[in-house]
Amino acid sequence: MTDVAVVDYGMGNLRSVAKAVERVAPRLAVAVTSDPETVRCAARVVFPGQGAMPDCMRELQARGLREAVVEAARGKPFLGICIGLQMLFERSDEGGIAGLGLLPGQVRRFPVEKMTDAQGMRLKVPHMGWNQVRQTVPHALWEGIPQDARFYFVHSFFPEPANRGIVAAESFYGVPFACACARDNVFAVQFHPEKSQAAGLQLLANFVAWQPTVRRVTEPISASPAT
Amino acid sequence: MGLAKRIIPCLDVKAGRVVKGVNFVGLRDAGDPVEIARRYDEQGADELTFLDITASSDGRDLIIGVVEAVAAQVFIPMTVGGGVRSVQDVRRLLNAGADKVSINTAAVQNPDLVSEATGRFGAQCIVVAIDAKRVPDGGALRWEVYTHGGRKPTGLDALEWGRRMEQAGAGEILLTSMDRDGTRNGFDLELTLAFSEALSIPIVASGGVGNLDHLVDGVLKGHADAVLAASIFHYGEYTVREAKEHMARHGIEVRL
Repeated sequence: MTDVAVVDYGMGNLRSVAKAVERVAPRLAVAVTSDPETVRCAARVVFPGQGAMPDCMRELQARGLREAVVEAARGKPFLGICIGLQMLFERSDEGGIAGLGLLPGQVRRFPVEKMTDAQGMRLKVPHMGWNQVRQTVPHALWEGIPQDARFYFVHSFFPEPANRGIVAAESFYGVPFACACARDNVFAVQFHPEKSQAAGLQLLANFVAWQPTVRRVTEPISASPAT
Repeated sequence: MGLAKRIIPCLDVKAGRVVKGVNFVGLRDAGDPVEIARRYDEQGADELTFLDITASSDGRDLIIGVVEAVAAQVFIPMTVGGGVRSVQDVRRLLNAGADKVSINTAAVQNPDLVSEATGRFGAQCIVVAIDAKRVPDGGALRWEVYTHGGRKPTGLDALEWGRRMEQAGAGEILLTSMDRDGTRNGFDLELTLAFSEALSIPIVASGGVGNLDHLVDGVLKGHADAVLAASIFHYGEYTVREAKEHMARHGIEVRL
Protein backbone atom coordinates (compact mmCIF):
# COMPACT_ATOMS: atom_id res chain seq x y z
CA MET A 1 0.00 0.00 0.00
CA THR A 2 1.11 3.53 -0.70
CA ASP A 3 1.89 5.49 2.43
CA VAL A 4 2.17 8.87 0.73
CA ALA A 5 0.63 9.59 -2.67
CA VAL A 6 1.90 12.67 -4.50
CA VAL A 7 -0.87 13.56 -6.93
CA ASP A 8 0.43 13.92 -10.47
CA TYR A 9 -1.93 15.62 -12.91
CA GLY A 10 0.76 16.43 -15.44
CA MET A 11 1.68 19.91 -14.27
CA GLY A 12 5.29 20.62 -13.40
CA ASN A 13 8.00 18.89 -11.49
CA LEU A 14 6.88 16.56 -8.73
CA ARG A 15 10.21 14.85 -8.38
CA SER A 16 11.43 17.37 -5.80
CA VAL A 17 8.31 16.88 -3.67
CA ALA A 18 8.67 13.09 -3.75
CA LYS A 19 12.43 13.23 -3.07
CA ALA A 20 11.93 15.53 -0.09
CA VAL A 21 9.24 13.27 1.39
CA GLU A 22 11.50 10.24 0.85
CA ARG A 23 14.31 12.07 2.61
CA VAL A 24 12.26 12.63 5.77
CA ALA A 25 10.50 9.25 5.65
CA PRO A 26 12.91 6.73 4.14
CA ARG A 27 10.83 3.76 5.26
CA LEU A 28 7.55 4.90 3.76
CA ALA A 29 6.32 3.97 0.29
CA VAL A 30 6.06 7.26 -1.60
CA ALA A 31 4.35 7.21 -5.00
CA VAL A 32 4.04 9.95 -7.60
CA THR A 33 0.75 8.89 -9.13
CA SER A 34 -1.92 9.89 -11.60
CA ASP A 35 -4.05 6.88 -10.74
CA PRO A 36 -7.22 7.86 -8.82
CA GLU A 37 -7.34 4.44 -7.16
CA THR A 38 -3.82 4.84 -5.73
CA VAL A 39 -4.82 8.25 -4.35
CA ARG A 40 -7.95 6.70 -2.80
CA CYS A 41 -5.99 3.92 -1.12
CA ALA A 42 -3.02 5.96 0.10
CA ALA A 43 -2.71 6.70 3.80
CA ARG A 44 -1.69 10.32 3.13
CA VAL A 45 -1.94 12.61 0.14
CA VAL A 46 0.28 15.45 -1.03
CA PHE A 47 -1.37 17.74 -3.56
CA PRO A 48 1.27 19.93 -5.21
CA GLY A 49 0.94 22.30 -8.10
CA GLN A 50 2.82 24.56 -10.45
CA GLY A 51 1.86 26.77 -13.33
CA ALA A 52 -1.48 28.37 -14.00
CA MET A 53 -4.48 27.36 -11.91
CA PRO A 54 -6.90 27.07 -14.87
CA ASP A 55 -4.57 24.52 -16.51
CA CYS A 56 -4.18 22.66 -13.23
CA MET A 57 -7.96 22.44 -12.72
CA ARG A 58 -8.48 21.30 -16.28
CA GLU A 59 -5.83 18.59 -16.06
CA LEU A 60 -7.13 17.40 -12.71
CA GLN A 61 -10.56 16.95 -14.26
CA ALA A 62 -9.27 15.45 -17.52
CA ARG A 63 -7.27 12.80 -15.69
CA GLY A 64 -10.23 11.79 -13.54
CA LEU A 65 -8.44 12.79 -10.36
CA ARG A 66 -10.81 15.46 -9.12
CA GLU A 67 -13.09 13.19 -7.12
CA ALA A 68 -10.21 11.22 -5.60
CA VAL A 69 -8.57 14.47 -4.44
CA VAL A 70 -11.81 15.84 -2.97
CA GLU A 71 -12.38 12.56 -1.18
CA ALA A 72 -8.84 12.56 0.22
CA ALA A 73 -9.21 16.15 1.43
CA ARG A 74 -12.28 15.08 3.36
CA GLY A 75 -10.88 12.00 4.98
CA LYS A 76 -7.12 11.67 5.44
CA PRO A 77 -3.98 13.66 6.17
CA PHE A 78 -3.78 16.00 3.20
CA LEU A 79 -1.07 18.52 2.32
CA GLY A 80 -1.67 21.12 -0.40
CA ILE A 81 1.34 22.96 -1.80
CA CYS A 82 1.29 26.21 -3.83
CA ILE A 83 -1.35 25.82 -6.58
CA GLY A 84 -2.39 22.74 -4.61
CA LEU A 85 -3.45 25.15 -1.86
CA GLN A 86 -5.07 27.62 -4.26
CA MET A 87 -7.20 24.92 -5.89
CA LEU A 88 -8.81 24.09 -2.54
CA PHE A 89 -10.58 27.46 -2.49
CA GLU A 90 -13.86 28.42 -4.10
CA ARG A 91 -12.59 30.71 -6.81
CA SER A 92 -9.44 32.25 -8.31
CA ASP A 93 -8.82 35.59 -9.99
CA GLU A 94 -6.44 33.66 -12.25
CA GLY A 95 -8.63 32.96 -15.25
CA GLY A 96 -11.71 33.71 -13.10
CA ILE A 97 -12.30 30.01 -12.53
CA ALA A 98 -13.87 27.93 -9.78
CA GLY A 99 -11.68 25.81 -7.52
CA LEU A 100 -12.60 22.69 -5.60
CA GLY A 101 -14.54 24.67 -2.98
CA LEU A 102 -13.11 22.72 -0.05
CA LEU A 103 -11.99 25.87 1.76
CA PRO A 104 -14.02 29.09 1.91
CA GLY A 105 -12.57 32.07 0.08
CA GLN A 106 -10.95 33.39 -3.06
CA VAL A 107 -7.51 33.48 -4.63
CA ARG A 108 -6.27 37.00 -5.44
CA ARG A 109 -3.43 38.49 -7.48
CA PHE A 110 -0.82 40.66 -5.76
CA PRO A 111 -1.76 44.30 -6.49
CA VAL A 112 1.64 44.94 -8.12
CA GLU A 113 0.96 48.60 -8.95
CA LYS A 114 0.35 49.42 -5.28
CA MET A 115 3.15 47.46 -3.69
CA THR A 116 6.36 49.04 -2.41
CA ASP A 117 8.81 48.03 0.31
CA ALA A 118 9.89 50.03 3.37
CA GLN A 119 12.35 52.02 1.22
CA GLY A 120 9.63 52.86 -1.28
CA MET A 121 11.05 50.51 -3.90
CA ARG A 122 8.55 48.71 -6.10
CA LEU A 123 7.98 45.08 -5.18
CA LYS A 124 8.30 42.55 -7.98
CA VAL A 125 5.74 39.93 -8.92
CA PRO A 126 6.09 36.91 -8.85
CA HIS A 127 6.81 37.00 -5.11
CA MET A 128 9.95 34.91 -5.44
CA GLY A 129 12.33 33.93 -2.67
CA TRP A 130 12.57 33.33 1.05
CA ASN A 131 9.99 35.05 3.22
CA GLN A 132 9.09 34.79 6.87
CA VAL A 133 6.17 32.69 8.02
CA ARG A 134 4.33 33.92 11.11
CA GLN A 135 2.47 30.99 12.66
CA THR A 136 -0.93 32.22 13.87
CA VAL A 137 -2.10 28.99 15.51
CA PRO A 138 -0.32 26.08 17.18
CA HIS A 139 -0.44 23.06 14.90
CA ALA A 140 1.22 19.66 14.66
CA LEU A 141 2.81 20.71 11.36
CA TRP A 142 4.60 23.66 13.02
CA GLU A 143 6.28 21.34 15.54
CA GLY A 144 9.98 22.20 15.80
CA ILE A 145 9.77 25.09 13.33
CA PRO A 146 10.73 28.47 14.81
CA GLN A 147 8.30 31.36 14.64
CA ASP A 148 9.08 33.56 11.59
CA ALA A 149 11.20 30.87 9.94
CA ARG A 150 11.83 31.56 6.26
CA PHE A 151 10.32 29.40 3.52
CA TYR A 152 10.73 29.56 -0.25
CA PHE A 153 7.87 31.16 -2.17
CA VAL A 154 7.22 31.60 -5.85
CA HIS A 155 3.76 32.80 -6.80
CA SER A 156 1.74 35.73 -8.13
CA PHE A 157 -1.59 34.81 -6.51
CA PHE A 158 -2.45 34.23 -2.85
CA PRO A 159 -5.45 32.90 -0.89
CA GLU A 160 -7.93 35.19 0.83
CA PRO A 161 -9.89 32.90 3.17
CA ALA A 162 -13.46 33.97 3.91
CA ASN A 163 -13.08 32.46 7.33
CA ARG A 164 -10.17 33.64 9.54
CA GLY A 165 -10.52 30.43 11.49
CA ILE A 166 -8.68 28.45 8.81
CA VAL A 167 -5.57 30.68 8.70
CA ALA A 168 -2.54 28.85 10.14
CA ALA A 169 0.17 31.35 9.17
CA GLU A 170 0.66 34.72 7.53
CA SER A 171 3.39 36.33 5.50
CA PHE A 172 3.84 39.88 4.34
CA TYR A 173 4.66 40.99 0.81
CA GLY A 174 3.33 44.48 0.21
CA VAL A 175 0.15 43.16 1.80
CA PRO A 176 -0.35 40.61 4.56
CA PHE A 177 -1.60 37.28 3.24
CA ALA A 178 -2.48 33.82 4.50
CA CYS A 179 0.44 31.56 3.56
CA ALA A 180 -0.85 28.48 5.36
CA CYS A 181 -4.37 27.24 6.00
CA ALA A 182 -5.54 24.38 8.18
CA ARG A 183 -8.84 22.68 8.69
CA ASP A 184 -9.34 19.27 10.24
CA ASN A 185 -7.20 16.84 8.23
CA VAL A 186 -6.19 19.43 5.62
CA PHE A 187 -3.05 21.54 5.83
CA ALA A 188 -2.12 23.70 2.87
CA VAL A 189 0.80 26.03 2.26
CA GLN A 190 1.52 28.67 -0.36
CA PHE A 191 5.30 28.19 -0.03
CA HIS A 192 7.33 25.18 -1.14
CA PRO A 193 8.42 23.03 1.83
CA GLU A 194 10.29 20.74 -0.58
CA LYS A 195 12.53 23.69 -1.49
CA SER A 196 12.80 25.28 1.94
CA GLN A 197 15.80 23.39 3.29
CA ALA A 198 15.71 22.50 7.01
CA ALA A 199 12.42 24.25 7.85
CA GLY A 200 10.71 22.68 4.85
CA LEU A 201 11.95 19.19 5.59
CA GLN A 202 10.79 19.58 9.19
CA LEU A 203 7.29 20.48 7.98
CA LEU A 204 7.21 17.42 5.71
CA ALA A 205 8.47 15.21 8.56
CA ASN A 206 5.65 16.61 10.70
CA PHE A 207 3.16 15.87 7.95
CA VAL A 208 4.09 12.20 7.61
CA ALA A 209 3.80 11.81 11.41
CA TRP A 210 0.56 13.79 11.71
CA GLN A 211 -2.53 12.06 13.17
CA PRO A 212 -5.32 14.59 12.66
CA THR A 213 -8.84 14.18 13.94
CA VAL A 214 -10.85 13.58 10.83
CA ARG A 215 -14.27 15.14 10.62
CA ARG A 216 -16.28 13.55 7.84
CA VAL A 217 -17.85 16.39 5.95
CA THR A 218 -20.94 15.70 3.93
CA GLU A 219 -21.90 19.18 2.79
CA PRO A 220 -19.52 21.63 1.07
CA ILE A 221 -17.28 23.28 3.64
CA SER A 222 -17.93 26.70 2.15
CA ALA A 223 -21.55 26.41 3.23
CA SER A 224 -20.61 26.08 6.89
CA PRO A 225 -20.94 29.23 9.05
CA ALA A 226 -17.93 31.49 9.50
CA THR A 227 -16.32 31.42 12.91
CA MET B 1 9.73 41.30 8.18
CA GLY B 2 9.70 40.53 4.50
CA LEU B 3 11.25 38.93 1.50
CA ALA B 4 14.99 38.32 1.75
CA LYS B 5 17.40 39.28 -1.02
CA ARG B 6 18.77 36.08 -2.49
CA ILE B 7 22.39 35.03 -2.83
CA ILE B 8 22.90 32.57 -5.64
CA PRO B 9 26.17 30.75 -6.25
CA CYS B 10 26.51 29.96 -9.95
CA LEU B 11 28.09 26.77 -11.18
CA ASP B 12 29.25 26.70 -14.79
CA VAL B 13 29.16 23.06 -15.80
CA LYS B 14 31.14 21.62 -18.68
CA ALA B 15 30.86 17.92 -19.46
CA GLY B 16 29.73 17.20 -15.91
CA ARG B 17 32.37 19.27 -14.08
CA VAL B 18 32.19 22.76 -12.58
CA VAL B 19 34.48 25.23 -14.36
CA LYS B 20 35.04 28.96 -14.24
CA GLY B 21 36.44 31.27 -16.90
CA VAL B 22 37.37 34.91 -17.37
CA ASN B 23 35.30 36.95 -19.83
CA PHE B 24 33.65 33.75 -21.05
CA VAL B 25 36.97 32.05 -21.99
CA GLY B 26 39.96 30.42 -20.25
CA LEU B 27 38.26 27.72 -18.19
CA ARG B 28 39.60 26.29 -14.93
CA ASP B 29 38.32 23.18 -13.22
CA ALA B 30 36.55 23.97 -9.93
CA GLY B 31 35.22 20.56 -8.92
CA ASP B 32 32.36 18.09 -8.67
CA PRO B 33 28.93 19.73 -9.04
CA VAL B 34 27.12 17.63 -6.43
CA GLU B 35 29.83 18.17 -3.85
CA ILE B 36 29.91 21.92 -4.50
CA ALA B 37 26.11 22.18 -4.45
CA ARG B 38 25.98 20.42 -1.10
CA ARG B 39 28.63 22.71 0.36
CA TYR B 40 26.73 25.85 -0.74
CA ASP B 41 23.48 24.45 0.63
CA GLU B 42 25.18 23.93 4.01
CA GLN B 43 26.49 27.50 3.90
CA GLY B 44 22.98 28.83 3.43
CA ALA B 45 22.76 29.52 -0.32
CA ASP B 46 19.24 30.64 -1.21
CA GLU B 47 19.27 29.05 -4.61
CA LEU B 48 21.72 27.44 -7.03
CA THR B 49 22.18 28.18 -10.71
CA PHE B 50 23.78 25.65 -13.05
CA LEU B 51 24.80 26.84 -16.49
CA ASP B 52 25.68 24.08 -18.91
CA ILE B 53 28.45 25.46 -21.11
CA THR B 54 29.18 22.16 -22.81
CA ALA B 55 29.83 22.98 -26.44
CA SER B 56 29.14 19.57 -27.95
CA SER B 57 25.81 17.83 -28.03
CA ASP B 58 27.57 14.64 -26.83
CA GLY B 59 28.26 16.14 -23.44
CA ARG B 60 24.86 17.80 -23.26
CA ASP B 61 22.96 14.99 -21.60
CA LEU B 62 25.39 14.90 -18.70
CA ILE B 63 23.68 17.92 -17.18
CA ILE B 64 20.49 15.88 -16.72
CA GLY B 65 22.42 13.45 -14.53
CA VAL B 66 23.95 16.33 -12.60
CA VAL B 67 20.53 17.91 -12.01
CA GLU B 68 19.05 14.60 -10.86
CA ALA B 69 21.92 13.94 -8.47
CA VAL B 70 21.79 17.41 -6.95
CA ALA B 71 17.99 17.47 -6.66
CA ALA B 72 18.04 14.25 -4.66
CA GLN B 73 20.31 15.77 -2.04
CA VAL B 74 19.82 19.50 -1.95
CA PHE B 75 16.43 20.94 -1.02
CA ILE B 76 16.70 24.51 -2.21
CA PRO B 77 15.60 25.92 -5.59
CA MET B 78 17.73 25.13 -8.60
CA THR B 79 17.89 27.00 -11.90
CA VAL B 80 19.43 25.26 -14.90
CA GLY B 81 20.36 26.84 -18.21
CA GLY B 82 22.64 26.51 -21.20
CA GLY B 83 21.73 24.92 -24.49
CA VAL B 84 17.98 24.99 -23.85
CA ARG B 85 16.41 25.06 -27.31
CA SER B 86 12.91 23.67 -27.10
CA VAL B 87 9.89 23.12 -24.88
CA GLN B 88 11.05 19.49 -24.76
CA ASP B 89 14.41 20.57 -23.29
CA VAL B 90 12.56 22.61 -20.65
CA ARG B 91 10.40 19.63 -19.76
CA ARG B 92 13.38 17.29 -19.44
CA LEU B 93 15.21 19.65 -17.09
CA LEU B 94 12.13 20.25 -14.94
CA ASN B 95 11.51 16.51 -14.75
CA ALA B 96 15.12 15.95 -13.73
CA GLY B 97 14.58 18.22 -10.74
CA ALA B 98 15.22 21.79 -11.92
CA ASP B 99 12.81 24.37 -10.49
CA LYS B 100 13.54 27.00 -13.10
CA VAL B 101 14.99 26.76 -16.56
CA SER B 102 16.92 29.59 -18.06
CA ILE B 103 16.69 30.34 -21.77
CA ASN B 104 19.18 32.54 -23.59
CA THR B 105 20.22 32.06 -27.21
CA ALA B 106 17.09 30.13 -28.15
CA ALA B 107 14.89 32.97 -26.91
CA VAL B 108 16.54 35.32 -29.38
CA GLN B 109 16.33 32.83 -32.23
CA ASN B 110 12.73 31.97 -31.42
CA PRO B 111 10.99 34.46 -29.09
CA ASP B 112 7.84 32.32 -29.19
CA LEU B 113 9.71 29.64 -27.21
CA VAL B 114 9.46 31.78 -24.07
CA SER B 115 5.71 32.34 -24.32
CA GLU B 116 5.20 28.68 -25.24
CA ALA B 117 7.23 27.50 -22.26
CA THR B 118 5.60 29.91 -19.78
CA GLY B 119 2.16 28.95 -21.10
CA ARG B 120 2.98 25.31 -20.59
CA PHE B 121 4.93 25.29 -17.33
CA GLY B 122 4.11 28.64 -15.74
CA ALA B 123 6.00 31.93 -15.55
CA GLN B 124 7.52 30.92 -12.22
CA CYS B 125 9.87 28.42 -13.82
CA ILE B 126 11.03 30.29 -16.92
CA VAL B 127 14.05 32.56 -16.53
CA VAL B 128 15.34 34.54 -19.49
CA ALA B 129 19.11 34.97 -19.37
CA ILE B 130 20.42 38.11 -21.02
CA ASP B 131 24.13 38.63 -21.74
CA ALA B 132 24.47 42.36 -22.21
CA LYS B 133 27.42 44.41 -23.40
CA ARG B 134 27.79 48.19 -23.39
CA VAL B 135 27.55 49.88 -26.77
CA PRO B 136 30.45 52.35 -26.96
CA ASP B 137 28.86 54.93 -29.25
CA GLY B 138 29.38 57.94 -27.00
CA GLY B 139 25.66 58.69 -26.96
CA ALA B 140 23.07 57.55 -24.44
CA LEU B 141 24.01 54.61 -22.27
CA ARG B 142 22.81 51.37 -23.83
CA TRP B 143 23.59 47.69 -23.99
CA GLU B 144 23.41 45.07 -26.71
CA VAL B 145 22.29 41.47 -26.31
CA TYR B 146 24.86 38.79 -27.14
CA THR B 147 24.14 35.11 -27.62
CA HIS B 148 26.06 31.84 -28.00
CA GLY B 149 27.87 32.23 -24.70
CA GLY B 150 28.69 35.85 -25.42
CA ARG B 151 30.20 35.31 -28.85
CA LYS B 152 27.50 36.65 -31.13
CA PRO B 153 26.14 40.21 -31.20
CA THR B 154 22.44 40.35 -32.04
CA GLY B 155 21.80 44.04 -32.63
CA LEU B 156 19.04 43.88 -30.00
CA ASP B 157 18.82 46.59 -27.37
CA ALA B 158 19.07 44.76 -24.05
CA LEU B 159 16.49 46.81 -22.14
CA GLU B 160 13.96 46.59 -24.94
CA TRP B 161 14.59 42.86 -25.16
CA GLY B 162 14.07 42.51 -21.40
CA ARG B 163 10.69 44.25 -21.65
CA ARG B 164 9.67 41.97 -24.49
CA MET B 165 10.61 38.89 -22.51
CA GLU B 166 8.62 40.14 -19.54
CA GLN B 167 5.61 40.50 -21.79
CA ALA B 168 6.21 37.01 -23.14
CA GLY B 169 5.72 35.79 -19.57
CA ALA B 170 9.25 35.32 -18.22
CA GLY B 171 9.23 35.00 -14.43
CA GLU B 172 12.71 36.39 -13.86
CA ILE B 173 15.68 37.89 -15.70
CA LEU B 174 19.22 36.60 -15.17
CA LEU B 175 21.19 39.64 -16.23
CA THR B 176 24.89 39.20 -16.96
CA SER B 177 27.21 42.06 -17.80
CA MET B 178 29.69 40.75 -20.35
CA ASP B 179 31.94 43.72 -19.71
CA ARG B 180 32.27 42.72 -16.07
CA ASP B 181 31.95 38.93 -16.12
CA GLY B 182 35.09 37.37 -14.64
CA THR B 183 36.79 40.73 -14.06
CA ARG B 184 36.08 40.92 -10.30
CA ASN B 185 35.44 44.66 -10.65
CA GLY B 186 31.84 44.51 -9.48
CA PHE B 187 28.46 44.44 -11.23
CA ASP B 188 27.61 46.89 -13.99
CA LEU B 189 25.35 48.79 -11.61
CA GLU B 190 23.92 51.10 -14.25
CA LEU B 191 22.82 48.07 -16.23
CA THR B 192 21.32 46.40 -13.15
CA LEU B 193 19.48 49.55 -12.07
CA ALA B 194 18.14 50.20 -15.56
CA PHE B 195 16.60 46.73 -15.64
CA SER B 196 15.32 46.85 -12.05
CA GLU B 197 13.51 50.09 -12.75
CA ALA B 198 12.13 49.16 -16.14
CA LEU B 199 10.81 45.69 -15.33
CA SER B 200 8.37 44.43 -12.71
CA ILE B 201 9.74 40.87 -12.55
CA PRO B 202 12.72 39.95 -10.34
CA ILE B 203 16.22 40.74 -11.63
CA VAL B 204 19.22 38.57 -10.78
CA ALA B 205 22.44 40.58 -11.13
CA SER B 206 25.41 38.66 -12.50
CA GLY B 207 28.93 39.24 -13.73
CA GLY B 208 31.91 40.83 -12.00
CA VAL B 209 31.68 40.04 -8.29
CA GLY B 210 35.15 40.17 -6.72
CA ASN B 211 34.36 41.00 -3.10
CA LEU B 212 31.45 41.18 -0.69
CA ASP B 213 30.90 44.92 -1.12
CA HIS B 214 30.00 44.21 -4.73
CA LEU B 215 27.08 42.08 -3.55
CA VAL B 216 25.91 44.91 -1.28
CA ASP B 217 26.15 47.39 -4.16
CA GLY B 218 24.14 45.10 -6.43
CA VAL B 219 21.22 45.32 -4.02
CA LEU B 220 21.53 48.84 -2.63
CA LYS B 221 22.68 50.64 -5.79
CA GLY B 222 21.53 48.27 -8.55
CA HIS B 223 18.25 47.38 -6.78
CA ALA B 224 18.73 43.74 -7.74
CA ASP B 225 16.34 41.19 -6.23
CA ALA B 226 19.07 38.57 -6.15
CA VAL B 227 22.83 38.55 -6.65
CA LEU B 228 24.75 35.80 -8.37
CA ALA B 229 28.44 35.02 -8.02
CA ALA B 230 30.78 32.19 -8.88
CA SER B 231 34.51 32.53 -8.36
CA ILE B 232 34.45 34.22 -4.92
CA PHE B 233 32.69 31.13 -3.61
CA HIS B 234 34.33 28.38 -5.69
CA TYR B 235 37.86 29.01 -4.53
CA GLY B 236 36.90 29.38 -0.88
CA GLU B 237 37.66 33.09 -0.57
CA TYR B 238 34.32 33.69 1.07
CA THR B 239 31.56 31.42 2.24
CA VAL B 240 27.96 32.15 1.36
CA ARG B 241 27.33 32.71 5.05
CA GLU B 242 30.05 35.36 5.24
CA ALA B 243 28.48 37.06 2.24
CA LYS B 244 25.08 37.09 3.93
CA GLU B 245 26.43 38.37 7.21
CA HIS B 246 28.19 41.15 5.34
CA MET B 247 24.98 42.10 3.56
CA ALA B 248 23.01 42.00 6.81
CA ARG B 249 25.52 44.43 8.36
CA HIS B 250 24.62 46.82 5.54
CA GLY B 251 20.95 46.63 6.40
CA ILE B 252 19.98 44.16 3.69
CA GLU B 253 17.38 41.58 4.65
CA VAL B 254 18.86 38.10 4.15
CA ARG B 255 18.05 34.57 5.29
CA LEU B 256 20.60 33.71 7.98
